[in-house]
Amino acid sequence: MQKKLKVVVAVIVTLAIVITTLFLATKLLEPKYMSGILEGAMIQEYYDDPTDHNVVFIGDCELYENITPVYLWEKYGINSYVRGSAQQLIWQSYYLAEETIEREHPDVIVFNVLSMKYNEPQKEAYNRMTLDGMKWSHSKVDSIKASMTDEESFIDYVFPLLRYHGRWSDLNSDDFKYMFKRDKVSFNGYYVRVDVKPAEDVPGGNPMVDYQFGDNAYHYLDKLTKLCKDNGVELVLVKAPTLYPYWYDEWEEQIVDYANKNDLTYINFLELQDEIGIDWNTDTYDGGLHLNLAGAEKLSKYFGKILVEDFKVPDRRSDKKLQSYWKGVNERYHQEIARQRSNLEKYGSVHEPEENQ
Amino acid sequence: MLFTSYEFLGFLLVVFIMYYLLPGRAQWSFLLLASYAFYFMADPRYLIFIAITTASTFLAARAISDKKASFDAWFKEHKKEMEKDERKAAKAKAHSLEKKIFLCCLLFNLGILAVTKYTNFTISNINSVLGAFGKEGTLSFVNLIIPMGISFYTFQSMGYLIDVYNGKVEAQRNPFKFALFVSFFPQLVQGPISRYSDLSQTLFEEHRFNWQTVSFGLERILWGYFKKVVIADRILTSVQTIIADPDTYNGWYAFAGAMFYALELYADFTGGIDITIGVAETMGIKVTENFIRPYFSKNIKEYWNRWHITMGTWFTDYIFYPISASQFMMKLSKKSRARLGNNLGKRVPVYLSSFIVWFTTGIWHGASWNFIVWGLGNFVVIMISQELEPFYRWFHSKVNVAGTFGWRLFQVIRTVLIMSSLRMFDCYRDVPLTFKMFGSIFTKASLSQLNVQSFINMGLTVADYTVVFIAMLILVIVSLIQRSGSVRGKIATLAAPVRFVIWYGLLIGTIVFGAYGIGYSASQFIYNQF
Repeated sequence: MQKKLKVVVAVIVTLAIVITTLFLATKLLEPKYMSGILEGAMIQEYYDDPTDHNVVFIGDCELYENITPVYLWEKYGINSYVRGSAQQLIWQSYYLAEETIEREHPDVIVFNVLSMKYNEPQKEAYNRMTLDGMKWSHSKVDSIKASMTDEESFIDYVFPLLRYHGRWSDLNSDDFKYMFKRDKVSFNGYYVRVDVKPAEDVPGGNPMVDYQFGDNAYHYLDKLTKLCKDNGVELVLVKAPTLYPYWYDEWEEQIVDYANKNDLTYINFLELQDEIGIDWNTDTYDGGLHLNLAGAEKLSKYFGKILVEDFKVPDRRSDKKLQSYWKGVNERYHQEIARQRSNLEKYGSVHEPEENQ
Repeated sequence: MLFTSYEFLGFLLVVFIMYYLLPGRAQWSFLLLASYAFYFMADPRYLIFIAITTASTFLAARAISDKKASFDAWFKEHKKEMEKDERKAAKAKAHSLEKKIFLCCLLFNLGILAVTKYTNFTISNINSVLGAFGKEGTLSFVNLIIPMGISFYTFQSMGYLIDVYNGKVEAQRNPFKFALFVSFFPQLVQGPISRYSDLSQTLFEEHRFNWQTVSFGLERILWGYFKKVVIADRILTSVQTIIADPDTYNGWYAFAGAMFYALELYADFTGGIDITIGVAETMGIKVTENFIRPYFSKNIKEYWNRWHITMGTWFTDYIFYPISASQFMMKLSKKSRARLGNNLGKRVPVYLSSFIVWFTTGIWHGASWNFIVWGLGNFVVIMISQELEPFYRWFHSKVNVAGTFGWRLFQVIRTVLIMSSLRMFDCYRDVPLTFKMFGSIFTKASLSQLNVQSFINMGLTVADYTVVFIAMLILVIVSLIQRSGSVRGKIATLAAPVRFVIWYGLLIGTIVFGAYGIGYSASQFIYNQF
């Protein structure tokens, strides 16, 4: 009996050591995205927000760099979140929407339609930035399956150590510092930039062989539409007012047709840029690809009004819990703006010199 | 399905669980199913080739065996009634039919191997000859599939056929058991080339789960993966860079490339065989060892007794001995002794047989002149080594160094250098370039040529080289310990926590420092292509 007990204890201790060391190795070797490429940490931050959102923006950088939920809160009292990630593909947006609706059931989901141009999985690095941060659920599993490129394996998502084992030679102080904690890198999903790089010589669109959006992209747009309708969530399609990547007239026609056929609201902010008041000399930080803080606040001001007036999104500024939550976000937001402005003055860049290395 | 793929590990897990869940008598049948499934997943068309070789060899061996048995029975009954000459004639007649069946089957299967592997090589050579007469690209190449592991399973089957023909083994009566012998999945793609008498002892037996056997098998598999992904696949990047750019990487770099390749090939091939033997061991099946620390050999002859042993013995038993003992060689021996004297004359048939064996060994490795010249290079080195025997004896009578550590070390280094130089034929695109690169080691190597940055430019970082170096040290230490017995056996005697640290350390080391997954090119085992 005592021998059996010894064996059981030995097995338990062995398993505990194995699991712990594998866990620690995974934690150490996983990319942290705490400096440099911050976009990889954004999807995960959503789960830190305990509030229920009335509006959730889902899509690529045309949302997370162009819409600022802090401004929407301050100006309109809209409680919103941007579930954005770099080169987020439409099936990833769909599964994020599915997960969001299961978690909190927002009134409005805003989807940026630029990702309709992708019909197939693209790059593993971008997949990782969207998928690694998601909590495990059937939505995550389906999203991984839909997103994997030929070189990827599902098991690498289940055991990230198998994917990131090769980082042992690239480890830096961040990897140790952020093994068990994270800093916040976004402001309810918004990636803030205060610098300015005017849009000059923006390239036009090269002629394409085929302008038709792919079947797979439409399949997921259909699913997204159905998901929102079945759950009583208003789906709003938008095209951000950025000059590049080029948005073709043929693409515009297809989205307009789709929105009409499915009774959806579609807003092309590119066509409304004068009305919004975007000045491409001052409102972009990278020559027209993305808006800076000034541009994002102009767009948020314009869009917020639509959300309040047309979609009756409520003003929740009197909600004590939300007040407390947003106070914290607001403080960080203004600290970050101040930090970036100070860096701009000191170094000519929003980043500290070591961040640029 | 590469041994290093997740699919293979998943496949292995399913096979392992099912194998021990099934009743013992069904285990071999299940292994046959698994082996064919493994082959099917590689390419369904391959199954046709292996099935043809299996069926033809099984039927031929059985026919030979039946003829032998019926003749023996008849002969036993009638031998007293016959005169000596009549007995001889009866034996010759019966043997003649067996021989016809044997030769038909042998030529048919070697023909399949020759057609699938060597047709385009032959066409290329014919075109070169025609090109020399001004007729460029006369024959076009044909698009033939080369079934995975065809060289291995054909040689294994033919070995069985020859053994049955020579009466060394009884023909297998069950076609499915024979099919398993030919297709046993762990050794299908890169050997070892097992003998029927060895493998059949445990392949068809019932095996109950035995923790020690299973754990030893798992340990062997882990060791194989360590060699493959930590050493071979990591140093592969540098090897490929050196080979791809001979104009830049000559002189010392060509030498470094030869050394790196020697390490890569050893870690790759022995790692693959470790996985093969380990997989079989987890199921209680004993597969023949294929390596005994070959780089510790004192000379080339010894090296070939310790490297790819099953291939070496196959060529010795089934080609060298039959050719040496053939009537033609007997006659040649007689004539050469008469003309060249006893001392020189007796060597002619031996060297001719040896030449044929090494030519065949070379071409077995691949359809290219590089491999043929590599094989013949081995022949030349062995021949010179034998011819220098009297000199060595004289040298040792004058200089008393034999048996000293320094001399043994010199011998080992000499073996490694010679074999690595010959292996350069594996690397470069053709024979003249290989000679040029080998020559550059002596003509272009200078200390000023060497700099660390050039090695970094090959695609590996200092950290990568450090990992390879440490892993190589572990390899050497394990090999040194192995000389006095099984390393796994020694580890098994240690206290449980120590055992755990060793094996778990190896597992974590392999997972973290292995060159696999995205960012590393998925590399086939080198011997898969032979």
